[in-house]
Amino acid sequence: MRIKGRGRIGANVSVPFSFEGRRYCGRAGDTLASAMIANDLHFIGRSFKYHRPRGITALGGDEAGALVAIRRFGAFIPNQRPATQELFEGLEARAENAWPALGLDVLALNDLLSPLMGPGFYYKSFKWPRGAWERVWEPLIRRAAGLGRLPVCPDEAPYDQAFAHCDVLVIGGGPAGLMAALAAGRAGGDVILADPDRRLGGRLLFEEEEVGGRAGHEWARAIEAELREMENVRVMARTTITGAYDQGTWSAVEKVAHHLPDGDAPLECHWRIVAKRAVLATGAIERPVAFAGNDRPRIMQAGALRGYLNRYGAVAGRRVAIFANNDDAHRTARDLATAGVEVVALIDARADAAPPPEGGDFRFLAGAVVEAAHGRKGLTGLTIRTASGARERIEADCLGVSGGWNPALHLSCHLGARARWRADIAAFVPAAGAVPGLEAAGAANGSFSTAACLAEGAAAGQSAAQALGLKAELPEIPAAGDRAGGLKPLWQVSGARAKAFLDLQNDVTVSDIQQAAREGMGESEHMKRYTTFGMGPDQGKNSGVNALAVLAEATGRSIPETGTTTFRPPFDPVSIGTIGGAGRGAGFAPERHTPAHEYALSRGAVMGDAGLWKRALWFPRAGEGNWRQSCDREVAMVRGSVGVFDASPLGKFEVLGADAARFLDFLFATPMRALKVGRMRWGVMLREDGHVMDDGVVARMGRGHFLVMSTTAGAQDLWRHMQFVRQGLRPEWDVEIVDAGEQWAQIVVSGPRARDLVNSLLRRPLAPDQPAHMAWKALTIAGVAARLFRTSFTGEAGYEIAVPARYGAALFALLTERAEAMGGGAFGLEAMNVLRLEKGHLTHAELDGRVTLPDIGLSRLLARKGDFIGKAAARRPGLMGPDRAELVGLRPVGAVKQILPGAHLFRPGLLAVAENDEGHVASAAYSPMLKSVIALAFLRGGRARLGEHVRASDHLRHVETLCEVCDPVFFDPEGERLHG
Amino acid sequence: MRIRCPLCGERDSREFHVMGAAEWLARPAPDAGLEAWDAYLHLRDNPAGPTRELWFHEAGCGAWLVVARDTVSHAVFEAVPAWEAGA
Repeated sequence: MRIKGRGRIGANVSVPFSFEGRRYCGRAGDTLASAMIANDLHFIGRSFKYHRPRGITALGGDEAGALVAIRRFGAFIPNQRPATQELFEGLEARAENAWPALGLDVLALNDLLSPLMGPGFYYKSFKWPRGAWERVWEPLIRRAAGLGRLPVCPDEAPYDQAFAHCDVLVIGGGPAGLMAALAAGRAGGDVILADPDRRLGGRLLFEEEEVGGRAGHEWARAIEAELREMENVRVMARTTITGAYDQGTWSAVEKVAHHLPDGDAPLECHWRIVAKRAVLATGAIERPVAFAGNDRPRIMQAGALRGYLNRYGAVAGRRVAIFANNDDAHRTARDLATAGVEVVALIDARADAAPPPEGGDFRFLAGAVVEAAHGRKGLTGLTIRTASGARERIEADCLGVSGGWNPALHLSCHLGARARWRADIAAFVPAAGAVPGLEAAGAANGSFSTAACLAEGAAAGQSAAQALGLKAELPEIPAAGDRAGGLKPLWQVSGARAKAFLDLQNDVTVSDIQQAAREGMGESEHMKRYTTFGMGPDQGKNSGVNALAVLAEATGRSIPETGTTTFRPPFDPVSIGTIGGAGRGAGFAPERHTPAHEYALSRGAVMGDAGLWKRALWFPRAGEGNWRQSCDREVAMVRGSVGVFDASPLGKFEVLGADAARFLDFLFATPMRALKVGRMRWGVMLREDGHVMDDGVVARMGRGHFLVMSTTAGAQDLWRHMQFVRQGLRPEWDVEIVDAGEQWAQIVVSGPRARDLVNSLLRRPLAPDQPAHMAWKALTIAGVAARLFRTSFTGEAGYEIAVPARYGAALFALLTERAEAMGGGAFGLEAMNVLRLEKGHLTHAELDGRVTLPDIGLSRLLARKGDFIGKAAARRPGLMGPDRAELVGLRPVGAVKQILPGAHLFRPGLLAVAENDEGHVASAAYSPMLKSVIALAFLRGGRARLGEHVRASDHLRHVETLCEVCDPVFFDPEGERLHG
Repeated sequence: MRIRCPLCGERDSREFHVMGAAEWLARPAPDAGLEAWDAYLHLRDNPAGPTRELWFHEAGCGAWLVVARDTVSHAVFEAVPAWEAGA
């Protein structure tokens, strides 16, 4: 219900939302949680294992009870915490883990079966009875498992990523964080202040207390305004720091449009922030006391109870009780009573506790505990045990519980440091030096009073600025309350039989943890995995220390001896979509387009991926129903008249300098030093371990100037390799390398009429051997300076014409249209692959990184004089000799006419098993010229076995082909067609 | 992780390509023998602590660097150009 006259949000603006299909109204400034409480929605979900009713327990990300699914961009996103979702108009939420309905849930039966489902239940189901896992347990668990249900459609919400750098990162905008940012900001440092809330102030937004002589939330508003005025301070509201990483790097999630209806702005933005210094001012998280039935809806943290009242004017019940072991929770009773809410009792477990000094119109019980809570779908009453041991029933419909406060120290442990136990506050605090450059201040450091938060924050901000060499003054510390709590540890109340919960999300009880200890899982990390404690979205933030205390008692150790589990990033759940940012679909990776890309598309090209490049695979024409028809036609076109092919993605590296020839001679196994100016040579390069790395064509452009044209896929690796050889191995040589790959478009013209086509563009026609095969010349085409390379990958007479990239599209279009007039046209990568296969030319299908020079018939290069990369290692035993598989051709000779790449080769009479393996098929295609499938393969001792039969056996696709071993050059073996 | 490139300044590690231990710079003579070549190609220490590695500033200046860093603390000590570093 809403208390008239209470709360600090827009009382006049109503915001409609729906839950479980029913419409409700909240107010501007509400969170979904506060709007639900105001609308008396308390039973809003069911738990994971026992399907028990769950309600709101907390004010923020430490929510352990209520999880809902919220509709976003057409899908319900599971496991959202109502307290971290700001209300917006039209928000749709629904309950989780309830079927068929929240009020009537079939799996709530699990609660009755719970004796069968204790800790380790899942592991035990693997073992016994035999066979039950597959038939009984797995289907059952699979159906029931999971917290919430993932949407099955793609996540359509927009996300983004961003980066920031600063001097001082202040994590948290409560009293400590505000003072730290003020100190560092006034000193002139670049400051980022990040806080999950839409406003700064932290706990001050939820308290009735004075800071500097005025209401704390108003003081916070004034400081926020001052910080926002400073140009060197960036206030990042709605931003949670989620992880600490090396070198002062922090991850953060900014909820950019999370508080708005679906729109264009990113829902969330994933930040990487690099900070020289950081201040941990994340505050503290209230912990519970476990007792029987403590999971009932309308039982919540005492601090949350008064927070909902003070900020939102919302209270979860009409007769409220408070149960605590510290003074802080007394403020809840005071604030409720002041607001006119009936407080039935303040139950303080400390025998020596004094009633609140302000007094109050409620019953105060010192030395008493709540033993059990009653009510199924919401609290209806309590059984308490008074100081004298007497049991008494109290009628109450809402209970605030406080077991004290735990510093929110998680980020300080992300680099592996362990938290330090402080017995005086019965809590873990960040260890000094846990994260280099990070200092904890205020409640995050175990200093809980507002006065201490303000003072420590100011000091931390000052010392961070001073550490960076800035002149920083300590800001004036405003007057504030200095009450810290006076807590006496109380972790759980035993006595009643019903379940006392520690983890409300994963349904882990006090007795589960005691049982884990009995069954040998007494180490904290074992206990966590055995019971699933702390594995829900809250990651044990609120009850983790309670669980350790129960485990410590069960194993007869102290809490520091028991130790915490490991805190890892993220501190708060981060969706995969947020981490991915815009990197999905077309944004997943950059695309590289050749200059003629758009033109190729306009001619109907079907594009495929070659690394990041988009390449035309074939150019379908009218009447062609599939790729093979287009490909066969394009092959015949190149062999019969002329084809035009966009080879622009090839690597093109200019190598210059007095030692350029020497350098290429060292880089290639193929000798390059003697190459004449104007000539070209195909060559192979080895890796230093003696295997073939890649091949390429080298053209000598001048005395000290070469051009290396490499494979498309290998260009990036070759660039790194060439630079390594130059800078790392031969720094004394005079060589420079320029990557000119994107500066040149390169178009292949190939076929018996290639010269006619090129001549049609030239003022002075070329003679048949001008330039000769594997030579190049500079010329002018249509007024553009070009390089004309006479080379052929297809086996036909051909040229490659290189022009500056800006002319690439025009040249490709001109050549294509003129070729069409001559009965030819553009061809794609599929046809190129068939053409090169017919000629036995190699690609990465053959040069797969395992191949040596002798394997491809180039052993003579090993005898070459002088050193080159890979030479020493290439002659190792095992890289040559009769057991090596050698390059051969294959063609089918039996009934099966298909050969599949990847098939392995066996002698016809022998079993197709690993011991008899003699090699494999590297590539295969249908040759329209030979009217047969042809293949390139590596076969043991293959070159001596021409004419023999082998069996190609594909064990995955179950295709067996009897093949004849033949020369790898299938078409025009004499190479007569090269000359046109 | 960030590396201070001696030519470009402090840059994110995603601008770099890592190759492995700096020993790649100590290429044996062609006739050094199989053992020396085996060591050069295959044998590497796997230190828990300071190590020297080759990083290529691929999305930056294109310099090969020898980066000294600690595999335990993840601290990056220094980066020097490969042509000045030696193995």
